[in-house]
Amino acid sequence: MSTLSVEEPEQAESRVHYLNVHYGVKSWLLTTDHKRIALLYLASITLFFLVGGSAAVLIRMNLLTPTGLLVEPATYNKLFSIHGIVMVFFFLIPSIPAVLGNFLVPLMIGARDLAFPKLNLLSWYVYIVGGLFTLYAVIAGGVDTGWTFYAPYSSTYSNTHVMAAALGVFITGFSSILTGLNFIVTIHKMRAPGMTWFRLPLFIWAMYATSVIFILGTPVIGITILLIALERAAHLGIFNPALGGDPLLFQHLFWFYSHPAVYIMILPAMGVESELITCFSKKRIFGYSFVAMSSLAIALLGFLVWAHHMFVAGVSMYAGMVFSILSYLVAVPSSVKVFNWTATLYKGSISYEAPMLYGMGFIGLFSMGGVTGMFLASLGMDVHVHDTYFVIAHFHYIMVGGAVMAYLGGIHFWWPKISGRMYPEGWARFSALIIFLGFNLTFFPQYILGYLGMPRRYPVYPPEFQVLNVMSTAGASILGVGYLIPLIYLIWSMRYGPVASSNPWGAKGLEWQAPSPPPTDNFEETPVVTAQAYDYPSREVEVA
Amino acid sequence: MPESHAMAAHQFDDLEQQREAASLGIWVFIATEIMFFGGLFTGYTVYRTQYFASFVAGSHLLDLKLGAVNTAVLICSSLTMALAVYAAQTGKRKLLILFLIFTMILGTGFLGIKFVEYATKYHHHLIPGFNFAPEGVYPPQMQLYFCFYFAMTALHALHMIIGLGLLAALVIMAGRGRFTPESHNPVEAIGIYWHFVDIIWIFLFPLLYLVGGR
Repeated sequence: MSTLSVEEPEQAESRVHYLNVHYGVKSWLLTTDHKRIALLYLASITLFFLVGGSAAVLIRMNLLTPTGLLVEPATYNKLFSIHGIVMVFFFLIPSIPAVLGNFLVPLMIGARDLAFPKLNLLSWYVYIVGGLFTLYAVIAGGVDTGWTFYAPYSSTYSNTHVMAAALGVFITGFSSILTGLNFIVTIHKMRAPGMTWFRLPLFIWAMYATSVIFILGTPVIGITILLIALERAAHLGIFNPALGGDPLLFQHLFWFYSHPAVYIMILPAMGVESELITCFSKKRIFGYSFVAMSSLAIALLGFLVWAHHMFVAGVSMYAGMVFSILSYLVAVPSSVKVFNWTATLYKGSISYEAPMLYGMGFIGLFSMGGVTGMFLASLGMDVHVHDTYFVIAHFHYIMVGGAVMAYLGGIHFWWPKISGRMYPEGWARFSALIIFLGFNLTFFPQYILGYLGMPRRYPVYPPEFQVLNVMSTAGASILGVGYLIPLIYLIWSMRYGPVASSNPWGAKGLEWQAPSPPPTDNFEETPVVTAQAYDYPSREVEVA
Repeated sequence: MPESHAMAAHQFDDLEQQREAASLGIWVFIATEIMFFGGLFTGYTVYRTQYFASFVAGSHLLDLKLGAVNTAVLICSSLTMALAVYAAQTGKRKLLILFLIFTMILGTGFLGIKFVEYATKYHHHLIPGFNFAPEGVYPPQMQLYFCFYFAMTALHALHMIIGLGLLAALVIMAGRGRFTPESHNPVEAIGIYWHFVDIIWIFLFPLLYLVGGR
């Protein structure tokens, strides 16, 4: 079945909307329209995705042979560092919040813009400045500390461009903070009449929870990175055991942000997932308030589990036990979400457009990543597989299988709203499928490699691991093609795609009441909300 | 900062909504700031617990008198800031400008005294990393104490400098008659920021100057 509706073809051409209201570079670079800023972010994070992706390609190529196919070990260290730094700080963290969140938060709550539009534009510029520092670090010769910047290596011994990369991460943090602040104030104060807290789309709840982490977590990595920079510049000894400093303190401070940062990446993805599942099964979400509250629970519990990254780093046994138990607790709200999505599917009128394919892929891959996360939360198992490819596979299932799948699903789902055009459905389903297959072929072998003991971050490995590594590299090539296809057809569709109606999916939610693409002020008059979220007609009523 | 002419900015329905948004915005920002300083306070606490004797020795090298005077200066500046906000609420433009300038004078005084303290530390070779060679015998981890002394006070001073810039902007805006009793969000917001920076010092003073009693 096809839902490509082309009802109002002449409308989008003649109507003034946010894309054609002004033309020219200046009208984009000085815009305060949240929708245009979302597109600025979309373009820039895509660029960084290509940078981080290229590093990943080289890493996988190098691992084709046990002795390292392409590069020197020192270069290999720089490749995985750049891959991690760029993908985490410059792609995944801003991906869904800064692109889809920026575009959708005002639309979904019935507002004309975010509360602070100039601050919103400033956050993009801050992001770009941070990005330039990091790109400089890459071009000037790279950085080899890994994305974790562990001291005292980063602060004392590494002779690569740690300073530029660290400053890049530090500066970009402020962009996250500004975005989070803007979202929190907007969601509190700008909701349309009748849009009560428990009528909010679940995407908004997810954005709210994410913003809380932005606000409370990001400043901590900021000050930590600043201390690293100070220590590097002046050899103060804050993290240097020779001068009385404690490297473990760095790890505590680093993970206090960087573990919640995992939830910055996955919570927005869960928000997108709730929208996809309800729309393409045409059903109310099962257990709305549980799904909403589980977002907040994940955000808060996420702040209490950081030391599970440090089980083998020298934390006490009792600390290990406490953090292990707390880590198990995070699984509860996460599984609440997974069970509620599956319960929503039950007896729904499910259709498999491309966004839903990504949505279904998300449930499976996120579950795999989540369950292996439980392995890692248990002390005994973690000692065995710590710093192996098991960990790599686990967090790629969450971050790529979860966050990137949802990001792509969301981009496809809201593409008609963003661009006013439909993407080619056949190509989209095809690429969704090969991304799913390519992803599993890339990362499932890594679970096995890790369990067998292959450590992460090594450019060489024993010959008996070659088959699994070749499988992984083959999968990565398929995955890479899968990412390039949407890049091409989405750009193509901006000009040549069929014109989209205001609500091509028959979805509920205020953003679908605005025209596609929306005018600068989003709604001609402020909408009044009278119904709950996902108010799809129930099938029981039809039968009766 | 949103525009604060009599009309609300286009994204807001009315001035009341704009005022509430600005107020919530600044409080969320303060929450971020608390976590930013929080990282330093955590590091301080860890090393103070581990190397208490070094921290006591380092603390006793500070000038208690200057620190105490500075605390008083800063508390006075909070008072004048509060009075400035009150003048804005009641629409007294001249009084508003006067109190803003008083606040700036007190803030500059604080930074001046801080500069004198830093200069003394430099002469006594107490700058970690660059120039750390205190006279006589000192406990091995005293440099860590001075790391935190300088990191925390410098970050605080940076906030003061930013605050002074914001106050100067407020003086100019007030001079142009931008603030009315209905619409003066920037004064309220920067007032809250200024009080926050003062409160940070209220914690810094005992933590840095009064370790181990004096």
